[in-house]
Amino acid sequence: MASITFREVEGSSLKYWLLFGFLGLFVLFGALAWNYMHHYGHVVTGMDNQIVWGLPHVFAVFLIVAASGALNVASIASVFNKPMYKPLAPLSAILALALMLGGLLVLVLDLGRSDRLIVAMTHFNFKSMFTWNVFLYSGFFGLVGVYLWTMLDRSVKSWSKAAGTAAFIWRLILTTGTGSLFGFLIARELYGTAMLAPMFIIMSFAYGLAIYLMVLVAAYAWTGRTLGDAVMTRLKTLLVVFVAAVLYFVVVHHMTNLYFAKYQAVEAFILRDGGLFTTLFWVGQIIIGCVAPLVILLSGLGKQRAWIMIACALVIVGGVAQMYVTIIGAQAFPLDMFPGLTEQSSFFDGEVHGYMPSVPELFLGLGGVAIALLATTFAVKVLRLLPVSLDDATVAKLEH
Amino acid sequence: MSELNSMSNQAPESPERRRFVGAATAAAGLAIAPGVMLYQVAHGRPDDQPASSAVRWGMLVDSTKCATGCNDCVSACSTENGWTPVAESEHPRQAPQWIRKLELEDPLTQRETNLPMMCQHCAEPPCVDVCPTGASFKRADGIVLVNRHTCIGCRYCMMACPYKARSLVHEPLNDTQKPDVPRGMGCVEACTFCVQKVDRGDGNTACAEACTAAGHNALLFGDMNDPESEISRRLRELPTKQVRADLNLNLGVRYHGI
Repeated sequence: MASITFREVEGSSLKYWLLFGFLGLFVLFGALAWNYMHHYGHVVTGMDNQIVWGLPHVFAVFLIVAASGALNVASIASVFNKPMYKPLAPLSAILALALMLGGLLVLVLDLGRSDRLIVAMTHFNFKSMFTWNVFLYSGFFGLVGVYLWTMLDRSVKSWSKAAGTAAFIWRLILTTGTGSLFGFLIARELYGTAMLAPMFIIMSFAYGLAIYLMVLVAAYAWTGRTLGDAVMTRLKTLLVVFVAAVLYFVVVHHMTNLYFAKYQAVEAFILRDGGLFTTLFWVGQIIIGCVAPLVILLSGLGKQRAWIMIACALVIVGGVAQMYVTIIGAQAFPLDMFPGLTEQSSFFDGEVHGYMPSVPELFLGLGGVAIALLATTFAVKVLRLLPVSLDDATVAKLEH
Repeated sequence: MSELNSMSNQAPESPERRRFVGAATAAAGLAIAPGVMLYQVAHGRPDDQPASSAVRWGMLVDSTKCATGCNDCVSACSTENGWTPVAESEHPRQAPQWIRKLELEDPLTQRETNLPMMCQHCAEPPCVDVCPTGASFKRADGIVLVNRHTCIGCRYCMMACPYKARSLVHEPLNDTQKPDVPRGMGCVEACTFCVQKVDRGDGNTACAEACTAAGHNALLFGDMNDPESEISRRLRELPTKQVRADLNLNLGVRYHGI
């Protein structure tokens, strides 16, 4: 097998520092947004006692799910022994760590008492899916960190497969945990199903790969390195499979609910009467997030890199819409405490709960995205993560 | 294993003595139990004694007696526990509500029902299951509480509660706080069954007292484990339901007339 040369990006150009500064600015905005929310309380957000998890959770859960998915490219290389993916693996691992960092920061900075994070680290209730996630997230950093080390340090290279396999199994459990955060909730009709765990796993495959592809293409385009079509075609085909699988899971989930009379009201809300949520579901999640990317990638358009990038961007936008519908849509529908009766109270019982995200919430979420990209931008400068060239000839040699 | 064997070998040596000790203990227990119970009810629980699982505090809501437009239970709760009434709040949408009046109507028959809704003090509380730090907990006497000092404000309990019984304190609190009802911005809170009153030995909650004072008598608080208590007696007589009984959470609040 031919060897591949990895090299840091130089990172001294004006363009690099402009990108660094731009992302840094959003990290700063995120920090200010947190400071504002923490000082005045959640009263300055659009959240209330009906919509208790808002836009920050949409960003946080999306980033955490995408993080585990971003690791997939590395897993294919080491766990499934596909040599073509080996040069793509280090970026995959660092992106996974960076996205996880961004997601977790948004999650913990949105706590009512984010200053009490130490309490969450020292007091555990092992019946809580949240507690399990604390360990799953920490373990993810440890295992992917070790895996990255085995990829970068020749002296421990022989451990790469073992570390990669451990990280792969861990990430499957982790996304099961993330899906189960919702799957283990009995109160709301759209949660409380084992479907959510595998559905989150397949969503992570799609979102993570879409982000990975965009970062990969950007990194190669902006550093003037060659990225051949062989790599793009392979990853593009993989994305098609993942997006189609997401669509399959979403259809099965809603079809099953529609069959049960007790879920018909909530399904009608999401699929037909929910206003913004219905729009976000059909236009955002289904058309933008699934159908349009599939059409682009499966048609002749999918041969052009620009269109592949558009498809990736659509998958990401659709993913955020999906999280919005999954997290906020499920809360917006009123709890059915007295089936068959209409309810009215000062606490908005029996009515659809409105939610208007505030500016600080948006910037806290964007801050998480920015910190993930900033960490990646910094990492490719200081670590040898990117092959000097991924032209078709180099990649072809790997497979023979 | 050998230890187990030796234990079982010893067992038949003094069966009579065993029976005597057992019977004597039971008799002594029976003799002093009512006294202890009376002492507890009359004087409250001493600070150094934990809550007892011999007691299960509960409430019977007779919705047939709950008056339309009456908000006395809500006002009494707000006064007792120091939370701002929603009508006086600057941010009513985000204001905590420990108890609220629900108006139900059957669209077919137009039958109207009024009832207060608050923490149902489940025996199997989903909020306690999901709380990552253990801040949500159930006392031995069945009262479900939030430890104000370990709650991190993650709101997972609010996602898990089928009764929307919990509120997050969204803004800094004014000086209406009561010394024995700790609250704070960023923490989750809910009905405590007036735990401070229960521990003082009042044997009643502010909402039930207010309902009685108004002459409605729709709320009855008491020990559901004590077969002689008023609440147990009424629960035996009246048909009652648990809200979302399908979830099998074994609620501490039972409703009549729904």
